[in-house]
Amino acid sequence: MNDLDALRFRDPVRARALADALAHHVRRARRAADRPVAVMHVCGSHEQAIARFGLRATFPEGLEVIMGPGCPVCVTDVPEVDEAVALARQGVRIATYGDMLRVPGTAQSLADARAAGARVDVVYSISQAVELARSLDEELVFFASGFETTAVATAAVVLAGPPANFSILSAHKYIPPVMEIVAEMPGTRIEGFLAAGHAATITGWGVFEPFVARHGVPVVVAGFEPLDVLAGLVRLVELIADGVARVDNAYPRCVDQHGNRAAQAVLWKVFAPIGGRWRGIAHVPNGNLRLLDTYARWDARRRFTIDLAALWDHAPPALVQHCQCGDIMAGIASPHDCTLFGKACTPDAPVGACMVSTEGTCRIWHQYGGQPDLRSIRRGARS
Amino acid sequence: MRDLRFLRPVDERITLKYGAGGRAMRALIEQIFADGLGEVDDGGVGLAAMDDGAVLRIGDRWLVITTDSHVVQPRFFPGGDIGRLAVAGTVNDLAMMGATEPLALTCATIVEEGFAREELERIWASIRQACLEAGTTVVTGDTKVMGRGELDGLVINTTGVAITDRFVRDNGLRPGDRLLVTGTVGDHGLAVMATRNELALEVELASDVAPINGLVRAALAAGGDGIVAMKDPTRGGLASALAEMAGKSRVGLVIDERAVPVKDAVRAAGELLGIDPLLVANEGKAVMGVRAAVADAVLEALRRHPLGRDAALIGVCIDERPGAVVLETGFGRRLLGEAEGELQPRIC
Repeated sequence: MNDLDALRFRDPVRARALADALAHHVRRARRAADRPVAVMHVCGSHEQAIARFGLRATFPEGLEVIMGPGCPVCVTDVPEVDEAVALARQGVRIATYGDMLRVPGTAQSLADARAAGARVDVVYSISQAVELARSLDEELVFFASGFETTAVATAAVVLAGPPANFSILSAHKYIPPVMEIVAEMPGTRIEGFLAAGHAATITGWGVFEPFVARHGVPVVVAGFEPLDVLAGLVRLVELIADGVARVDNAYPRCVDQHGNRAAQAVLWKVFAPIGGRWRGIAHVPNGNLRLLDTYARWDARRRFTIDLAALWDHAPPALVQHCQCGDIMAGIASPHDCTLFGKACTPDAPVGACMVSTEGTCRIWHQYGGQPDLRSIRRGARS
Repeated sequence: MRDLRFLRPVDERITLKYGAGGRAMRALIEQIFADGLGEVDDGGVGLAAMDDGAVLRIGDRWLVITTDSHVVQPRFFPGGDIGRLAVAGTVNDLAMMGATEPLALTCATIVEEGFAREELERIWASIRQACLEAGTTVVTGDTKVMGRGELDGLVINTTGVAITDRFVRDNGLRPGDRLLVTGTVGDHGLAVMATRNELALEVELASDVAPINGLVRAALAAGGDGIVAMKDPTRGGLASALAEMAGKSRVGLVIDERAVPVKDAVRAAGELLGIDPLLVANEGKAVMGVRAAVADAVLEALRRHPLGRDAALIGVCIDERPGAVVLETGFGRRLLGEAEGELQPRIC
C-alpha cells in the first residue's frame, strides 16, 4: 500500500460520516430491543486499531464492541509455554516472537527462563530463525505461534526444507473453530462477528458461510485502518438491524470469496487441525495446528523428550487463580471486573496472557486506558 | 514533588525491564538506589527528584551535574555511534536542567579484551566531533580493560558539569501551559531497532543523536522564565517524558497526535514492527512546557535553529485528570500509556 492509500483510509472527515452512520444503524437495531447491540471482533489487530485511534470515544451509546479470542499469544495455553520453558531449561536454544517471551507458564515464562540462564532468541520471522539455525552447530527450536496467517509462513519454511538442526514447537491456532465455541457459549449476547481481514485473505470470506448458516448471526470481514474498522462495524450493525444473517466483505481490496488457494494448499500440506485447549476459553475441537507425520523430523515434540516434571518443583503462582483472562477473552467480563488488573497484574509483571501481548485485551486497556469516557475533556481549561 | 504514579516493589531478580526507563526503573531507583542517599538542601535538586540531573547551590548560582553510562548494540548505527551518544546524552541532560554551557565532561571507559584499536579511534573521533558541536571537552577519565566475555565490547560513562543562573525542572507545568517538541520523534529508537534486527527496509532511517544545548539556549533566550519544564525524551520516548512531566506537575496533558512530528520512514518502520514511535528513544530532542504567552516566540526561536526546524506545538496542560496524557488521534481520544517492560515487536 502506498502513502496515499494509507491516508485515504485515515481520513477523519470520512470517519465522522461513518460514525454518524454507525449511530443511525445502532438506533435502528435497538428499536426492537432495550439492551445494547453487542458485537465481537476476533482479532487483536482490530482491537489495536480501535484502541490506538481512540475509536471507542466515537462509538455511539448502545453499541458494545467486545474483543474475542483474537490474540494468538493470549490463547497460547500454559502447557504449551511449559513445553518451551522445559526445553529451554534442558539447554535447548529457543527462538520465538518477542511477545511470546512473557507469556506465563505454570511456573515460569521464557523471559524468566532466560533471566535464569536459558538461551532464548527473539526473532521477527521464522526465516530469521532458520538463518540463525544455519549459523549454529547446535539444535534450535522455533516456538511458533499465530493463527492461519502466520502458520502459512511456518508451513512454507517446512516445505523449503530447513536445516537439520532446526525444529518447530507449534502453538499455531486456527480461528474458525473457536468462533463456533464463542457463538455456542451459554448466555452469549453476541449478535454479530467482525472477522479478521488478514486471516480472510488466506481463507477467503466463504469460510464463514457454514458458520453463519449454523448460528444465524452475520459476519463481516474488515480491514485494519480506522476507516476499515468503522465501515465494517457500520455494515455489521446494518445487517443486525435488518435481521439478515450473511457474510459480508468490507475488505474487498484484499479479500475475496475463496482466498489464497496456494497458501491454503501450503498450510494443509504441512499442518493438520487437532483439538486443543485455548488459554481461558475451552478445549477447541480442530483449534490447534500440528505438523503432519511427513514432517515429523522438524517437529520438536517428536525430536526431544520434553521433561515437564522438571518444572513442577515450583508451585504455580497463586495469583493465577484469580486471573479472569478466560472470561475477558470470551467477552463475558471486562478487565475492570478483574481484581488483579492494573494492580497485581501489569504489563511489566503480567499474571495472565491478556496482559502479556500488545494485542491482549488487558494490555490494551492498561496501555490505552481501557474505556474511560474521554468525551468530556475540555482543552485548555483555563489559561 | 513526589510522583503521582504507583510503583511496584522491585522483584527478586533484576531483569531487563528495570533498564527500560519506565516505571520499573523508577521503582528500582526509589526503592534501592535513592534509599538514604541523594538529599540536597538549599533549594537544589537531588536524586529523589529523578530529574535529568542534580542541582547544587554555589553562592547565588547553581552547579548542575549529571552522569550517564552508554552501551548500545550495534555500536555504529545510521546517524551516529556510541561515542556521539555518550557526549550528546550527557550534554543534553545538562541542557534539560537549563544548563546549556557545559564546563567539561569526564569519560570513564571499560573495554573488553581484544577490542580493535581502529574501532576505538573511530569512536573517539566522534567523541571529539560531538564535543566540538557542544562547545565542551573531556577533562578527566578512567580506563579499565576486562577479560574477554566479561562485558560486551565497550561501556562508556560520561559525567557533565555546568554552572547556570537559573535552572529548569521537569515539574513546573500549570493548566494552560503549552507543550512543544523540538523536532521529529522516534528517529533514534527505530533506526537502532531496524539495524539491530537487520530489517531490510526500503526506507532510510537515521538516529537524531546530537548535542542540543545550543538549541535549548536559543529557546531559553526567547522564552526566559516562560519555559517552565524540560525533558529529553530518551528511553521510553515522548510518551514516558510526557507522563513523567504530567505526573510530577500534577496536571493533565492533551496532545494532538497529528501535530507530533514523525518522519514518514519512522512511521512506516514503526507500523511494520508494531512499535509506536512515541514510545522509543530520541537522542537529539527535547519536550518543553512553556507559558502560553511565550509559546509562539519559543517555537519561532526553535525553528530558526538548524536542529529545531521541525519543532511543533503539540499540546496543552489542563486541570482535569492530573497525571494523565490524553491523545487526540483525529478519530477519537485515548490515554497515552508509558512504555513498560522491554519493547517487543508484535507477531502480526
